[in-house]
Amino acid sequence: MNTLFDKIWDAHVVSSVTGGPDQLYIDQHYCHEVTSPQAFNELRERNLKVFRPEKTTCSPDHNIPTLNQDKPIADPVSRKQVETLAKNARDFGLTHYGLGDEKNGIIHVIGPEYGLTQPGMTIVCGDSHTSTHGAFGAIAFGIGTSEVAMVLASQCILQPKPKSMRINIEGKLPFGVTAKDIALFIISRMTTGGATGYFVEYAGEAIRALSMEERMTVCNLSIEMGARGGLIAPDETTFDYLKDREFAPKGSNWDKALAYWKTLYSDTDAVFDKEVTFNASEIAPRITYGTNPGMGIAIDETIPTEDNIEESGKISFRRALSYMGFSAGESLLGKKIDYVFLGSCTNGRIEDFRAFAALVKGHKKNSHVTAWLVPGSQAVARQIKAEGLDRILSEAGFEIRQPGCSACLAMNEDKVPAEKYAVSTSNRNFEGRQGPGARTILAGPLVAAAAAITGEITDPRTFL
Amino acid sequence: MIQKIDIITSSCIPLPQENVDTDQIIPARFLKAVSREGFGENLFRDWRYDKTGQPIADFVLNNPQYSGTVLVAGKNFGSGSSREHAAWAIAGYGLRVVVSSFFADIFKNNALNNGVLPVVVSDSFLADLFSHIQSDPKSTVTIDLPNQTITDNASGASEHFEINPYKKNCLLNGYDDIDYLLSKKRDIEDWEEKHQ
Repeated sequence: MNTLFDKIWDAHVVSSVTGGPDQLYIDQHYCHEVTSPQAFNELRERNLKVFRPEKTTCSPDHNIPTLNQDKPIADPVSRKQVETLAKNARDFGLTHYGLGDEKNGIIHVIGPEYGLTQPGMTIVCGDSHTSTHGAFGAIAFGIGTSEVAMVLASQCILQPKPKSMRINIEGKLPFGVTAKDIALFIISRMTTGGATGYFVEYAGEAIRALSMEERMTVCNLSIEMGARGGLIAPDETTFDYLKDREFAPKGSNWDKALAYWKTLYSDTDAVFDKEVTFNASEIAPRITYGTNPGMGIAIDETIPTEDNIEESGKISFRRALSYMGFSAGESLLGKKIDYVFLGSCTNGRIEDFRAFAALVKGHKKNSHVTAWLVPGSQAVARQIKAEGLDRILSEAGFEIRQPGCSACLAMNEDKVPAEKYAVSTSNRNFEGRQGPGARTILAGPLVAAAAAITGEITDPRTFL
Repeated sequence: MIQKIDIITSSCIPLPQENVDTDQIIPARFLKAVSREGFGENLFRDWRYDKTGQPIADFVLNNPQYSGTVLVAGKNFGSGSSREHAAWAIAGYGLRVVVSSFFADIFKNNALNNGVLPVVVSDSFLADLFSHIQSDPKSTVTIDLPNQTITDNASGASEHFEINPYKKNCLLNGYDDIDYLLSKKRDIEDWEEKHQ
């Protein structure tokens, strides 16, 4: 009567601290340049080595430019951080897919791409969107830099076991609705802190029907309702995706792994601390109107009025609308937008580019829209070319940039100017997230594509 | 080694807004440092300073009436990114305690790992505390970690707060998790042996 989460967690408990957290063994550790330098310094100060170097993989992603990656990074501070990761990887003997490497990319895109992420694993990274890897039936969650140092030093961290929640999406998704819309819908219903303290399992017919990339989009956004992470039980879709990937088990090891992976599901009598069910038919293409991902509506709904907001949340609601330049009760359809961003660990995979390209095919980008199309990895960039999506996009007036986190958090040059509206397939619409004063409207790739064509918030179903 | 916490009495810095995310605590463009120092200067950067770097007068950190080592914040403080830089910025500014009715998980861990104590109080205690700070900015709170109590000294109201006993011990003694984990190396190797 165990949940999927219990099965994986309990199998990784090395010891339990009396009255305290569990000591959890970590199978896979991902590292990027922003949250790791202080952890490596900690090791140096204590004269420690990396305990299991083969279990850490590094890729710079947050700071890297999306143009001219063959040239040195212009911003000296960004360059130093990227070079520091390379040096740390070299000094401590870790695998590092540096800038320009054929395997470089957003760490949460490349882990699955090369089969490093597998069912039943515990996976951590100093990045809250580590929850992405839960799509494979792994316990994957973001950690702070002190915890990165713990993993490097001992391959373990100390964590209290979170509570369990299951979110069921029953029924079939309506036409024109993407995995991003499912996630934005769930977050708006749960609110931005509504799953704090929980680890979520996504289940139900609509979840089972998703591809691996769509599952990654759903799990990626788990943190945006406060959850430590989200996971989906592995099934044939998972196994088909993993088979023959570079670091997936091979031969008899594959058979052995597969036999284990097939035991990874929540028992029928498993009890969750909380269980929530939605019907897929309730979900429409979605956008956000405010400054956290929970402040969202269906594209054809209106922004709530203040009487629908809890008393203690009214300060934040007013501040968010004033920051966004929107009014309570208004519809956003037809609002002029300035920027479109397709990319990030949320929506920077090949299926996102296929969806975007299919919608814009035969149309032209609106001339006042600046569009940044940023593949999540070098492999995605190669696949875009292999499928000829680059030609479709170029004919429609779009250029494809080089891989990285880019405008999702604007640590490189890809910054949205103050007060400009960006329809963004990324994961956060916090104040200043895409540049100081930038106004972010989160959406899926179809809504982003429709906005890029019309230059305004548009229901993508009118194009399909 | 983290800075120890025992009993703290201080006036408060009030920030009643809910869902204060880590991008507000420390914006991404300030995450490029490779050391832990200096983040306090940019705590709440875009709420604290305008585009030209001038202090924004009505932001609480720029209001000389308010001072102290305790930040009192609205519900769901520290949501968003896992960046520990948010905890470093808070510690770097000189804050030792953050009081709220709810914290985001990763922020809570990061704070505890940096000698900053997150204290969860009830919604009503928080609302009263905000109102007492508003009527008298010099009013104080006392956080007693050994007894796990917080007292609003304006009214004498007191509440018990929860903290994991392991983390409490770490904060009282200045221990950190790495020391503990390194002492468990044999257990880790045994676990690996069994799970080959």
